[in-house]
Amino acid sequence: MRAGNIMKTHKHILLNLVAVVLALAWLVPLVWMIGTAFTEGSYTMSLIPHTRPTFENLRYVWNAVPFGRYYMNTMIVVAGTFSVQFVTVTMAAYALAVLKFKGEKLMFIIIFIQLIIPNDVLISPNYMTLGDLGLTDTKLGIMIPFFGSAFGIFLLRQMFKTIPAALSEAAVIDGCNTFQVITNIYVPSSRAAYISFGLVSISYHWNNFLWPLIVTNSTENRTLTVGLALFAKSKEAVMQWANVCAATFIISMPLVIAFFIFQKKFINSFISSGIK
Amino acid sequence: MFKKITLIILLVCVAALSTVGAAGSTEAKPAEKMELTFFYPVQVGGPLTALIDKLCADFMAENPDIVIKPVYTGNYDDTVAKIQTAIQGKNPPDFFINLATQRFSMASSGTAIPLDDLIKADGAAGKAYIDDFLDGFMEDSYVDGKIYSIPFQRSTMVVFYNKDAFAEVGLDPEKPPKSWKELVEYSRKLVKKDAAGNYERYGVGIALNSGSAQWAFTGFALQNSVDGKNLASEDGKKAYFDTPENAEALQLWVDLQNKYDVMQKGIVQWTDLPGQFLAGKVAMIYHTTGNLTNISKNASFKFGTAFMPGNKRMGAPTGGGNFYITAGIAPERQQAAWKFIKFVTSAERLAQWNLDTGYVAPRTSSFQTQLIKDYWARLPQAKVAFEQIPYAKPELTTYEASRMWRILNDNIQSAITGEATPAQAMKNAQAQADEVLKRYQ
Amino acid sequence: MKTTLTRGYAVRLSRGMKTNLKAWILLAPSLVFLLTFTVFPILRSFFLGLTQYEFGMRSPEFIGLENYINFAKSALFWKIMGNTLYFSFLTVLPSMVIGLGLAMIVNTKIHGVGFIRTSFFYPVIMPMIAIASIWMFIYMAESGMLDQLLMAVGLKAMNVLSYRETVIPAMSFMYVWKEAGYLMIFFLSGLQNISGELYEAATIDGASPFTMFRKITLPLLGPTLLFVSTIALTNSVKLVDHIVIMTEGGPNNGSTMLLYHIYQQGFAWFDQAKASALTVVMLVIMLAIAMIQFVNADSRIHYN
Repeated sequence: MRAGNIMKTHKHILLNLVAVVLALAWLVPLVWMIGTAFTEGSYTMSLIPHTRPTFENLRYVWNAVPFGRYYMNTMIVVAGTFSVQFVTVTMAAYALAVLKFKGEKLMFIIIFIQLIIPNDVLISPNYMTLGDLGLTDTKLGIMIPFFGSAFGIFLLRQMFKTIPAALSEAAVIDGCNTFQVITNIYVPSSRAAYISFGLVSISYHWNNFLWPLIVTNSTENRTLTVGLALFAKSKEAVMQWANVCAATFIISMPLVIAFFIFQKKFINSFISSGIK
Repeated sequence: MFKKITLIILLVCVAALSTVGAAGSTEAKPAEKMELTFFYPVQVGGPLTALIDKLCADFMAENPDIVIKPVYTGNYDDTVAKIQTAIQGKNPPDFFINLATQRFSMASSGTAIPLDDLIKADGAAGKAYIDDFLDGFMEDSYVDGKIYSIPFQRSTMVVFYNKDAFAEVGLDPEKPPKSWKELVEYSRKLVKKDAAGNYERYGVGIALNSGSAQWAFTGFALQNSVDGKNLASEDGKKAYFDTPENAEALQLWVDLQNKYDVMQKGIVQWTDLPGQFLAGKVAMIYHTTGNLTNISKNASFKFGTAFMPGNKRMGAPTGGGNFYITAGIAPERQQAAWKFIKFVTSAERLAQWNLDTGYVAPRTSSFQTQLIKDYWARLPQAKVAFEQIPYAKPELTTYEASRMWRILNDNIQSAITGEATPAQAMKNAQAQADEVLKRYQ
Repeated sequence: MKTTLTRGYAVRLSRGMKTNLKAWILLAPSLVFLLTFTVFPILRSFFLGLTQYEFGMRSPEFIGLENYINFAKSALFWKIMGNTLYFSFLTVLPSMVIGLGLAMIVNTKIHGVGFIRTSFFYPVIMPMIAIASIWMFIYMAESGMLDQLLMAVGLKAMNVLSYRETVIPAMSFMYVWKEAGYLMIFFLSGLQNISGELYEAATIDGASPFTMFRKITLPLLGPTLLFVSTIALTNSVKLVDHIVIMTEGGPNNGSTMLLYHIYQQGFAWFDQAKASALTVVMLVIMLAIAMIQFVNADSRIHYN
């Protein structure tokens, strides 16, 4: 029995060791990227920073590429998309969770279609539609295909269903209209679901690349990811990994830092993203 | 608390949407002045846009009745897409810059107009203006005998070589290779390995990634061609890929990697090559003249530039962007656009553009300016690009040029990675090219 | 006009109508966007896929199934389908196995679980485009970390992105690194739903950890496994961002995937008809993946 325990402890330590080593290995790319971003540029690569820390790369990249502009654009796109989603999704989720109405099935079918076929694969026809609407090379064009979110509707409908009908009935007796019932009862009680949806939506649109690449042609509308890709492939970046790392650092840090702080919330949110 | 957050989100939403609305609605001003929209492809922004802004401002100072509004439209492909959508949306730019190689597409889709009438209207000055452009650049402005574009930001490929490395292995630093034979011979001397057999320095480097290989290959194919003809017919309707000469040119590339063992194996990226050169990891590279400023600024060794070594003849590719005027705009707008184009392509301004950007000025008289003479005195390596132009021809240009580039690149890569022999690869390329060009025959 | 008898009915009916109207008003915004950017483009792809609409053509011309027939005859098309399948094959199973393994590690009461979970999950939060830029330097020929490492131990540099034999495995490795943490969290929530008593009982019966894994963990994770596999498959099929940065589909289309090819056809060569036909192929694949899930009723747990 005692020997067994010792064995078990040993195993435990071994497992712990393996886990930590793996976790460290997982961190190598990030650590290298950050290290290189703050190391003087050179034409030979090294694993470990070999000069004293410098902000020169960040400064160079920030001036060579209109990252300030791209930041603005990305934030507008991310906030704009989520804000509209917030409204559309709340309305639809309320209807589907609370009301009994004709054509419910039809709505569910349409929602399922988007769950099965993500907008990512519809780039070609959606671009044509955007052209018809005159929205190519606009921020609205980047956002608009995502204004209707099947994922968000589903997530919130599940949440709304758990809210007792008695609550809203009482509110109706008190003279609340539907809008007030939604904003006073359903929205405040579904905080967790909104946070989940928000984090997933924000990460998705912050990181999205192909669609903004296709839609935008001008600096005024490009997002961070598109800016990074163009920079990494341009002649301004010739083999200066220090610069490319600095650019990578600039575009990915806000989310990564937010994640390190609120990691539990992020992870819980992404679990719900499975239904995407 | 949460309600407040909701409110804030809604406010942000409204703010974001109104910003978008505001950004989207750029109404035309009352038509006292003529406002011309000009699409200019620029990848990253920064210095180039500032230079274009200045050119526009200078023009407007001289021509107060015309307003030029430059729109920066991403890379060349983006610009094509943007022009297409703008035309469909009945809001086309008045003129734009695009690759010279897009001229067949621009003509056949009715996007751009021939400029011959505008040139003719200028009389003798018009003829003199056109004649002043270097042949190697002017050649790819013609579609069916008509001029569709005016050369502006053009480039050509040269060899950059490390003079210190030449000296180190006993080669004369003032005598870069002149022929394929010398290229191989010198490269074999320049290559350096450590005790473990790893390369410390390669002899030569050529970028073989998709989008770059076809450019260098135009040069090699020219150097080996029987009659000095290019990879495609002049009317852009026929590709000549599967000639024995082209297969030989591709064989040389494969041999440089495998048989002579002087070039890095596999596919080296265009953007990596200058860095490798600057790090001393490769002694000679084929690259654009546009990289001269970068290399002269960062090289820690003496370097030279040279013609691309010839074989049966000398040869090099040209590339870059030209001015086009959009079809379907009012004649007075065409004339205003034409005025701007002539203004920007004056000998002096092209010379200045050459200095500022590293693009090669496409006009003969630019090279007689004091600007260029001083520049050459400062940086003698810059002269090679100009001297090589008489031997240069436009890069692969056909209808559906970007698809054709891809076909050539794919098959070059298949030979490099050993999937096909060079002869097979060029044969496959020919078959695929014929398929694409079928509908233009 | 109204009699007392019909009045009650009329009121009821109008209340039902009112609810219907209210519901559809509430649904209208979502419906408009879902119809315009999900349903309509699907129909549009089907239609345009039957036409020829090349660069410079003013309007599409109906040509029936010719696009599809040409694909079927095209070696390039099958190469691309093969690549897409190969990439899925190399990413889905490994990322699931590693994801499950990581979940099991994180699920035990070891020290520093928070740190471990964070370091496995952060690649999920980073843009693919940033990850590709970093891994580009890992894979870069000779100067890259991988080749440096190989040469340091006396092996030859591999230049993995240059060869068709290694380019997809290299990209897969990177993607497994990114995706495993994402799949991990689903397994983790699946594992946490399994009652600890089952394991305790099994331990008393003297079952080995392997037996417990086979007899308890796997069967009870069944629905999660199925559900995770559809997520992993969908994600791997629609992944393209890294190709733009790393290879542009090279060497000789050795890393061109279906969605990347749609992008090429539509936006590099301006052939919206072929892009649409390829989109239809993509839709069929997406439907097939969804089938895996819907065929199995158990997995619906996650939707309802």
